[in-house]
Amino acid sequence: MALKGSRLACVRGGRTLFEGIEVEVGAGEALWVQGDNGSGKTSLLRLLCGLSAPTLGTVQWCGQDLRRLREDFHRELLYIGHAPGLKDELTAAENLLLGARLAGRRAEAADAETALDRVGLRRQARLPAGRLSQGQRRRVALARLHLPRAPRLLVLDEPFAALDAAASGHLEAVLAHHLASGGSIVYTTHQTQALRGGRLQTLRLAAQRARTALPC
Amino acid sequence: MLRTLAWVIRRDLLLAFRRRADALGALCFFAIAVSLFPLGVGPEPALLRSLAPGILWVVALLASMLSLGRLFAHDFADGTLEQMLLSAEPLPLIVLGKAAAHWLVSGLPIVLLAPLLALLFGLPPDAIGVLVAGLLVGTPVLSLVGAIGAALTLGLRGGGVLLTLLVLPLCVPVLIFGAGAVGAQGSGVGAGAHLLLLGGLLLGAVALTPWASSAALRIALA
Repeated sequence: MALKGSRLACVRGGRTLFEGIEVEVGAGEALWVQGDNGSGKTSLLRLLCGLSAPTLGTVQWCGQDLRRLREDFHRELLYIGHAPGLKDELTAAENLLLGARLAGRRAEAADAETALDRVGLRRQARLPAGRLSQGQRRRVALARLHLPRAPRLLVLDEPFAALDAAASGHLEAVLAHHLASGGSIVYTTHQTQALRGGRLQTLRLAAQRARTALPC
Repeated sequence: MLRTLAWVIRRDLLLAFRRRADALGALCFFAIAVSLFPLGVGPEPALLRSLAPGILWVVALLASMLSLGRLFAHDFADGTLEQMLLSAEPLPLIVLGKAAAHWLVSGLPIVLLAPLLALLFGLPPDAIGVLVAGLLVGTPVLSLVGAIGAALTLGLRGGGVLLTLLVLPLCVPVLIFGAGAVGAQGSGVGAGAHLLLLGGLLLGAVALTPWASSAALRIALA
């Protein structure tokens, strides 16, 4: 079981964000994608979960191209992006349950309650998501990690953003446990948050220099 | 698989219920726009009776356009659309569910309100029956075809106008057979052929449009 990207390049709006990126994440491994704002971290994460296709190169899961696997790969994947993916009109519990159902995961209302309890939102479970604070919304999104049968590969874009110290610590423990039990994680963060519990690789995306600014 | 479809419909209906004003807006537009015509063309009963099917169909078409822009836009903005694209269930199935929910929220109320407005125009009962049957089979096609346009114009500036320009021409056959059915019934030919053709369009749309909408969504989010 491995996620493998070879010779990945991404061009956005005529600007090369990165090229020649090699990525391999196996069982029990975490990949920390680092880089400045605008260096293409989110773009790389989106390539790795198949939301967009790389300009050059291939992304493979267990030796097969993502585009061919699609639903089979999605069954193994949990992606939590910048946008928490919550509906303001629905309560936290409804968001979690309906989100899981749409993602094709078998979850019941009780599972959603338990997951929210695990991220410390038991009392907010019946509040509309629109009434929650940024940090609480993020915690609802992260509560997906606590639903039964968590997928093996987690792709997390800035999971620690907007979380308080206690919630960050809790999330770190959860991710360490995920690694220790043979899962894989690809994540970005601006905090200095090295995950424990598995082998950690780091990938630094350099900000691309403007091509016109060559020294004479 | 059918269970996922039911969950998608259930979710979108719940969202529509929490956001009732949106759905009511399209319905009010339908009622008001239809009742403007007698004021515009004059109170001549025979003229109104012959215009009624066309008016009701055109306004139903425009009313369903009103809410199409929102079909994917909210999900796109808050990131839930990304989650749908990464679902372990087939995307065309989810799109089909969303189109079905869109019809239940914006198409079905129009179908139910149409007989009342048809009475306003003095349509005879058998013509009203044919009109409602036509709307019942035809409006889901509008939601399904509209979903393609909504997916294609996702995230574009001025997407609403572009959406209308893309979708309205594609809805012409529905309009022709839908309004034509009432005319055929009135002239004694019988509306059977028209309604069967509408049914054919619906089956074709159910089978094909979810794939096109899914492909458009994947492009929009790439």
